[in-house]
Amino acid sequence: MLPVPYRILRNNRETHDVFTLDAEPADGSGIPPYAPGQFNMLYVFGKGDSAISISGDPEKKQPLRHTIRRAGVVTTALERLRRGDTIGVRGPFGAPWPVTEAQGKDVLLLAGGIGLAPLRPALYHLLAHRGQYGKIALLYGARAPEDLLYVSELEQWRGRFDLQVFVTVDTAKRGWMGEVGVVTKLIARASFDPENAVAMICGPEIMMRFSVLELQQNKMRPETIFLTMERNMKCAVGFCGHCQYGPHFICRDGPVFRCDRVQSFLGKREV
Amino acid sequence: METLERILAQHPFLKNLEQKYVQLLVGCAVNVRFEAGSFIFREGEDANRFYILRAGRVAVEIHNGGREAITIETLGEGDVLGWSWLVPPYKCHADAQAVELTRAIALDGKCIRDKCQSDPSLGYELMMRIVPLITHQLQATQLQLMDVYGVKK
Repeated sequence: MLPVPYRILRNNRETHDVFTLDAEPADGSGIPPYAPGQFNMLYVFGKGDSAISISGDPEKKQPLRHTIRRAGVVTTALERLRRGDTIGVRGPFGAPWPVTEAQGKDVLLLAGGIGLAPLRPALYHLLAHRGQYGKIALLYGARAPEDLLYVSELEQWRGRFDLQVFVTVDTAKRGWMGEVGVVTKLIARASFDPENAVAMICGPEIMMRFSVLELQQNKMRPETIFLTMERNMKCAVGFCGHCQYGPHFICRDGPVFRCDRVQSFLGKREV
Repeated sequence: METLERILAQHPFLKNLEQKYVQLLVGCAVNVRFEAGSFIFREGEDANRFYILRAGRVAVEIHNGGREAITIETLGEGDVLGWSWLVPPYKCHADAQAVELTRAIALDGKCIRDKCQSDPSLGYELMMRIVPLITHQLQATQLQLMDVYGVKK
């Protein structure tokens, strides 16, 4: 599968090290359909490629949107892109969030840091089909107030009566009027029926591990908890083995996994 | 009108506590409110009280010399503020500031320690409630220290 050239439409700064790239196919065709939670391989020619989750609205045909944190050579090159530049895109790949399985149930979205980006398409989907779900809660934690993503959207979501939004940061300076504390603490604030709910978690592995523990203490079963795992993905189709995680290839079998299928690996130093 | 006994009995911290113990605690309790911006206690002060929060939001802050104070935790309805009353030398280890109008029940630490001394089963009941709070806080501090949202190095 060869990368398809995409033209950059916009590079929008989110925080000091996070940015959102909007792109469209350079040949004017439409972007292929994708499901919430899927990812693309983004190529910066001459630099390399990186697996990046799609952060846009799957219901909208354009643009293709990715929110990226600068962390290495490729993402630094992506950050420098401007309108009119060209990248290669291969995808979409991977298992999506279980938005269909969640129909008729309460839905908890737990995001930590950049983890809100892969969850945003799921939230767009839930809100676009609001009548098909029970209570919906977004629980979002970041390092500090200045690291919060999608601030204006968070405000819009907070204003909805059919969506619970709780935001916390690990530390803040005096004057911050929001909550301070770890994201797992927000679980107690959300209103949901643990016996008829689905949780979708995206964030650092340790945050997901503690979130799973907290959800289980709140009587949620591992079969109803979904995580998205991150490893070094290269081929994206399960051939190269770079992203092997126990018996799984994260690019092919994930990145979204049902918790009971990966829980035994969480917390292990090396898998 | 809500009585102190009823408010205490309904607070998550004291949920399912036997009525006789709640009645013992009432003797050490007083209703308090703090305006936004006011300090509930400051680091170094005697830790005479702890607070069962009913409404509002409190920021627990630490400071480093002349640097700006950092909020390490916020607490709200259903939470408990302060445990230094339990551990000698009974001194506050942080500042607590009301971020918004905050209503709470203040419990006199010495009064409760004395009651626990004379009735260890009350002490056990309270410890079974306080230790999980401290454990949760310790785990949260570990996560905060790990800077889990930082870029892997």
